Amino acid sequence: MVKLEINGKPLQLDAPPDMPLLWVLRDVAGLTGTKYGCGMALCGACTVHLEGKAIRSCVTPVAAAAGKKIVTIEGIDAERVGRAVQQAWRELDVVQCGYCQSGQIMSATALLAANRQPSDADIDAAMNGNVCRCATYVRIRAAIHRAAELLAV
Amino acid sequence: MGIIQRIPSGTALSARIENVSRRNFLKQVGGLALGLYLAPVGADSGTAAPGSAGGGPAAAVDLEPDAFVRIGADDRVTVIAKHLEMGQGTYTGLATLIAEELDADWAQVTVEGAPADTVRYKNLLMGIQGTGGSTAIAESFEQMRKAGAAARAMLVAAAAQRWNVPASEITVERGVVEHRASKRKARFGELAAAAAAQPVPKEVRLKSPQAFKLIGRQRLPRKDSPAKTDGSAIYTQDFKLPEMLVAVVAHPPRFWGGIKRVDASAAKALPGVVAVIPYAGKPGAFQNGVAVLSHNTWHAWKGRDALKIEWDDSGFKLGSEEIFARYRELAAKPGLIARRDGDAQSALASDTAAKVIEAEYEFPFLAHSSMEPMNCLVRLGDGTCEIWNGEQLQTADQAAVAALLGIPAEKVTIHQLYAGGSFGRRANPQADYVLEAVAIAQAARAHGIEAPIKLVWTREDDTRGGWYRPAYLHRVRAALDVHGAPLAWHQRIVGQSILKGSPFEKVLIRNGIDETSVEGAADLPYDIPNLQVELATPEDIAVPVQWWRSVGHTHTAYVTETLIDELAIAAGKDPYAFRRTLLARQPRHRGVLELAAAKADWHRPLAPGAAGARRGRGIAVHKSFNSYVAQVAEVTIARDGQFKVDRVVCAVDCGLAINPDVVRAQMEGGIGYGLAAALHSAITLKDGVVEQANFNTYPPLRIDEMPAVEVHIVSSAEHPTGVGEPGVPPLAPAVANALYAATGKRLRKLPFDPSELKV
Ligand code: FES
Ligand code: FES
Repeated sequence: MVKLEINGKPLQLDAPPDMPLLWVLRDVAGLTGTKYGCGMALCGACTVHLEGKAIRSCVTPVAAAAGKKIVTIEGIDAERVGRAVQQAWRELDVVQCGYCQSGQIMSATALLAANRQPSDADIDAAMNGNVCRCATYVRIRAAIHRAAELLAV
Repeated sequence: MGIIQRIPSGTALSARIENVSRRNFLKQVGGLALGLYLAPVGADSGTAAPGSAGGGPAAAVDLEPDAFVRIGADDRVTVIAKHLEMGQGTYTGLATLIAEELDADWAQVTVEGAPADTVRYKNLLMGIQGTGGSTAIAESFEQMRKAGAAARAMLVAAAAQRWNVPASEITVERGVVEHRASKRKARFGELAAAAAAQPVPKEVRLKSPQAFKLIGRQRLPRKDSPAKTDGSAIYTQDFKLPEMLVAVVAHPPRFWGGIKRVDASAAKALPGVVAVIPYAGKPGAFQNGVAVLSHNTWHAWKGRDALKIEWDDSGFKLGSEEIFARYRELAAKPGLIARRDGDAQSALASDTAAKVIEAEYEFPFLAHSSMEPMNCLVRLGDGTCEIWNGEQLQTADQAAVAALLGIPAEKVTIHQLYAGGSFGRRANPQADYVLEAVAIAQAARAHGIEAPIKLVWTREDDTRGGWYRPAYLHRVRAALDVHGAPLAWHQRIVGQSILKGSPFEKVLIRNGIDETSVEGAADLPYDIPNLQVELATPEDIAVPVQWWRSVGHTHTAYVTETLIDELAIAAGKDPYAFRRTLLARQPRHRGVLELAAAKADWHRPLAPGAAGARRGRGIAVHKSFNSYVAQVAEVTIARDGQFKVDRVVCAVDCGLAINPDVVRAQMEGGIGYGLAAALHSAITLKDGVVEQANFNTYPPLRIDEMPAVEVHIVSSAEHPTGVGEPGVPPLAPAVANALYAATGKRLRKLPFDPSELKV
């Protein structure tokens, strides 16, 4: 049994301590918005927030998240920054297949939470670990700038 | 027990709704079905439907409830999309066509994927149910609008009856039916039941383009954006059934290899492992393997890794170098003739050939590498099989599954889910991963396990799993005459056939020539008096191959568009002007070429880079899937040869643009996908073993490598054509031509090797 706090809700889940958080979220907690893409911290599809920081859940043993605050795509609209990012993503229709986009939104939200006016270089640095095979990068960049605008007012 | 009972989130709910049959769903929402099947005008009803055996004859069905559009008492308009949404925006496109003629409010429209049903949901250009070849909008432009118009006519008829007024006085706007003179109004939902009782109109009048409100609108929100930005969109990876077991598999290291011995003791001792199931593949269709079953993907994965398997040594054993050596031998000999104008060989040997260019090009195998690795969920019943999948080729998959199980095709049900990309991969001509999932479920049943089985490939399985864009080698000789005009072009193409041995072989291989091997070359648009294109198809290469976003154009466009550039330079002409002259009889090629050049300021010199950096600009134009795309690429190259594509200006002519913003998105995505391949992608084999596995060895494009992209759409009233693929082919040659302009080096091997560009 492991005790987690996911999207503000305390949960007790039956999972061995070495199971990556990704599979606990998806297969035990049933939160499938967080995606598997590589399992090796190479693609960012599995990005969630642990104590507000963007982490790759595919290489994070669930034990390392025990007792800490986890936020997934399903809970990101509880935060103002998350809502702004989602809104920008929708305004600009960033998504194509959408499979990478939970991770993109989690990374973008973490970036904007720490830096309200990111430059293109800041965006490249923060988003470099998030792969999009549909290559929606032009819009990801534009949507991060748009979210920054939404947050500035 | 079962995973689903432990799910606390909203995900389970959406999964359960998917499980409710559409009829039950209608009862729940209290709406009445209003749906249509309209026989398409001009569609060739005699088209052979490969693999449709058992699917039933294409009966003339006039009214088929629920076929394409359903209106609920709750006012909701549900569009049933016959095409797979894999990112290309087809849910939005199909909904636009229906909503336009229905005069629905865009906000009231939702989309769901159609089940497998060849009679209702046949792709009118393919003759079977399936998504591919950038056909979705092109094939359904009339059919979907007619469905919308007929539904509208039935709503109007119902209102006319209820209000006792002539139908001709009734207007419809944004989901509201109105009779102005008597000041009466009704929402769609209020009329849905009465409308369903109306006869389906025999004929409908479609709007003239000037009356379009949704078609062509610059920004019409995508229908899949909300669910794909809050985590609720359900992909095969996410779909769950009670009691379902996940299967993670071990494949032989070499294609078509066999299993000698399996020691499963360590795997079985691991927590969570339910069973270890070896299963037999089908030669040419899917690999042999050993599946580890568990309720949890991670446990299945750990179990798979703990297997000790002795593989036999029978698989395919050549490496990439040996394969290319064979292709080189084949390229030295005449092949089958795919196109012949004049006499290219004599012209090349004659004195009129003032300048001759000879070149050889190499293209590696390419994996599709969609973000969602392949997966498929199967539930076997009593003489039935139910499948949940991001399903791209329903008719062929149904037939293949039916044959494997020995049941009729109509006993194979397929439920549609979102696909996390495909780029062609999920339309496997042999139904590979779908059959594999079924074979595992069958083998599990033989072991007494009746649970639904979800096959889940890891990234490594996906990269190594085959079904690549074939490796190709081209050998070309081209000549200019004394005036610098192109005189002759002789091109030999060597590579595996995608279609050989597939259900499509009969339709698309003619006189031994697989059209998908030569498309883009055999139809070279330039005026060249002596032109010969030949094809050699090696048959002893057992690497599984298939279409990859833009298929043959992925390699042919590179050769044609870099070679024409080379001829221009050899003739002392500007590459844009040279092409333009040779395209005098190709107005649509010329249209996009001129538009891209104008928007990229081609006539002005490119701004210089920082000190030490070289800059270059290149252009390319190519037609594929009846759409025309030209791109201008700008590059900056460092002294060590490393370079960045700074900007791509793209012009596209896809006829009438239904959703301009989706067209732009597909061009952006096509450019990024093409650039990833040109910069990074190669599947290589050593002794038959694939050398790449994950994103570290098969690198994708990342955000810092993405150029700025500008897309310009040619204003056109022509029939709409596809945009999912045509953005890809011009990208690599445009970049290669830009690199040449900056460095004087011609790159003839993909992916590009920056060390060739060192100062
Ligand atoms: S799945 Fe975690 S980074 Fe790719
Ligand atoms: S939207 Fe398809 S991978 Fe990013």
